[in-house]
Amino acid sequence: MAIVECTDVVKTYQQGKVDVRALRGVTLSIDTGGFVALAGPSGSGKTTLLNLIGGLDEPDSGHITVDGNPFDEMSQSRLAELRLNKIGFIFQAYNLIPVLSAVENVEYVMLLQGVGAGERRERARAILDEVGLSDMYNRRPAELSGGQQQRVAVARAIVSNPALVLADEPTANLDSKTGNGLLEMMAEMNRTKKVTFIFSTHDQRVMDYARRLIRIQDGRVAEDVDKAA
Amino acid sequence: MHFQLAWRNIWRNPRRTAVILIAVVIGVWSMVFLGALMVGVSDQMVRNSIATLTGSLQIHSPGYRADPVIDHSMDHPEEVISVLKKTLPVGAEWASRVRVHAVASNARHSSGVTLVGIDPAREAAVSFIGGAVDEGRYLDAEDPYGILVGRALLENYETRSGHKLVLMSEDAAGEIASRAFRIVGVYTAELAATEKQFVFVTKAAAQEMLGMGDAVSEIAVLLPNPTAGDDSAAALQSALPEQYAVHTWRELLPLVEAYLEINRKSVAIWYFVVFIAMGFGIVNTMLMAVYERIREFGLLKALGMKPGWIIRGVVTESLLLLMMGILAGNFLALSTVLIVARTGIDLSVFAAGAEFAGMPRVIYPVLKTEHVTAANLVVLVLGLIVSLYPAFKAARFTPVEALAHT
Repeated sequence: MAIVECTDVVKTYQQGKVDVRALRGVTLSIDTGGFVALAGPSGSGKTTLLNLIGGLDEPDSGHITVDGNPFDEMSQSRLAELRLNKIGFIFQAYNLIPVLSAVENVEYVMLLQGVGAGERRERARAILDEVGLSDMYNRRPAELSGGQQQRVAVARAIVSNPALVLADEPTANLDSKTGNGLLEMMAEMNRTKKVTFIFSTHDQRVMDYARRLIRIQDGRVAEDVDKAA
Repeated sequence: MHFQLAWRNIWRNPRRTAVILIAVVIGVWSMVFLGALMVGVSDQMVRNSIATLTGSLQIHSPGYRADPVIDHSMDHPEEVISVLKKTLPVGAEWASRVRVHAVASNARHSSGVTLVGIDPAREAAVSFIGGAVDEGRYLDAEDPYGILVGRALLENYETRSGHKLVLMSEDAAGEIASRAFRIVGVYTAELAATEKQFVFVTKAAAQEMLGMGDAVSEIAVLLPNPTAGDDSAAALQSALPEQYAVHTWRELLPLVEAYLEINRKSVAIWYFVVFIAMGFGIVNTMLMAVYERIREFGLLKALGMKPGWIIRGVVTESLLLLMMGILAGNFLALSTVLIVARTGIDLSVFAAGAEFAGMPRVIYPVLKTEHVTAANLVVLVLGLIVSLYPAFKAARFTPVEALAHT
C-alpha cells in the first residue's frame, strides 16, 4: 500500500528575478515500510520534493497524497496536524531547540500532541535510550556532538510513532563512522517499527543503505531502482 | 513546559532582556511615583483650600458670590442653622462668618484685606485658623478689639503683637466704618498670600463695627469627608428656603478645580508618553528576538506547531518580561514613595510661583490604588497588545522560508 503518492508535481521558485523550475512534473509512489533515497546533485530538486511531501510547501500544480490525505484539499491547520501526528522530520542542520535539553527536545513534539507530562518523559527517555543517549538526557544541544544532536533529532522524529520520516541530508554534517551508525540505527527502526523513511541525499552510504533509489535530475525522476525486486 | 521554554528564551540574550527590563522598570516607576506626586499635590491643594475658609460647602445669600458686599448678607442665619442641624450628617461642623473687604492700616502701611468675623469656638472646628496661631493667643468669644493677623502681613506692616491695626470698611448704612483693633495673635498659613489677605476678629465685633445686627455673610460647613460635598449640598439646597444658595468647594474654587482637571490630564498624557517610549522598546526587542529565531519557528511549524501556538509562545515571553518589569517597577516606586512621604519634596525655592496656583510648599506623594492599578494595567495590557505584532510576524513565516533562513 502506498503511503506517498505524487502525481505530476510541478514547483517553480523565484530566485531574484529568475524563475527556477525545481520540479517539472514528478510522478511517483512510495509504499509503506519503504527505506527510500531521493538522490541527485545539488539543485536537482530532491529537497524541494521532500518539502512538498512533508507539506512544508505547496506545489504549483499536481497532487500529493500522504497516508490517504490529499494535500490539495487540506487547510494549513490540518496540514500542521498531519505533520504533527504522521510525519517526522530530520534535518541536515539537526535543528534542535537550543534552550531545551535533549529529553525536552524529544518531549516537545508530544507536548504539542497533548500527551501527559509523565508519559512524555517516560517515552522520551525510552527513545533516547534506544538511540544510545541514555546518559545525556539533560544536555542541551550545544553540549552534544553533531552525531549526538542528530540522534536526538532522530529520536524526536520517531518518538510519536509517525507513519513517515523525512530526512533531508541527515548524514551530510557527520563523519563516516557516525553517519554509518546513524544509518544503521534508522534501518533498524525501519525494520522493527515499520516506519517509512525517505531521504534526500547525495551521500553514497545512504544510497547503499536504501532499498529503493530514486534519482532526480533537472526536476524529473531520471531513474527509479527497487533493489529488493 | 511552554512557560519553561518562554522563560529560557528570554534569557538567551541576557543583555537585551536587561535593557528592556530596565525600560519597563523605569516606565512603571515613573508612572506610579509621578502619579503619586500629582495626587499628593492635588490632595494638599484641595485640603489647604478647603481649610482656608472654604469648607466643604457654603451657604450665602444668592447675590453674595457675584458681589460680596454687606447688602448681600443673610439677615436670619438662625433659620439656616436650624436646617443644618436637621440635614447634615453626624460629625459635620459649621461656622457662620462676617466676611467683607476692608482696608487695614497702621502708621507705616495700608492695604486691602479681607475682614473675617468669626465665632472662635465654631471656626476652630471648620477652618485652619483654630490651629494656626503660633504667636500670642487665639480669639476669645468676648474679644471686641482683638485681631489675628498673618505672619506675612505683620512683616509687611512692620508691626508686632500688642500693637494696633485700624480696619476700615463700608457699613450696613453705606457709611465708612472703622475700628482700631489690637493684635492678639499671629498665624502662619500654608501660603503667604493667605497670611497677607485675611485678618480675623470676633463675629460680634465685626457685626457691631459694620452695624449688621445678627446678619452674617456666609456659613461654611465642613463635612466628615471634606471633599464629598455634592449630596449634602443638594439636600441642603432643597431643605433651605429659596433666598439661600448652597455651593460646594468645587464651585467656590474654580481655579483649584481647573488645576485638578489639568493634573488628571497631565497624568494621562504622562502615562501615554511613557508607554509610547516603552512600547517601541518592547516591539523592537521582541522583533529582534523573533528575527534571530526564524529558523526555530520554521522548525516548530515543520514539527506541526500551529500559528496560534507560536503567537502564544511569543506573547508569553512578553508577558514574563512585562511581569518582571512591573514587579520591580512597583517595588521601586513604592519604596520611593515611602521614603519621600516621610521627608516630602521641598519646593519652597519656587514658592512664589507655586503659590500663584495655590500649590503647597512641600509635596508629599500619595498612592491611590486606582492610579497604581491604572499604571500597571496600561503597561501590561498595552505591552501585550504591542507584542502581538512580532508574534504575528513569527507566525507568518512559512516553514520552508524560515528553515532556509541563515
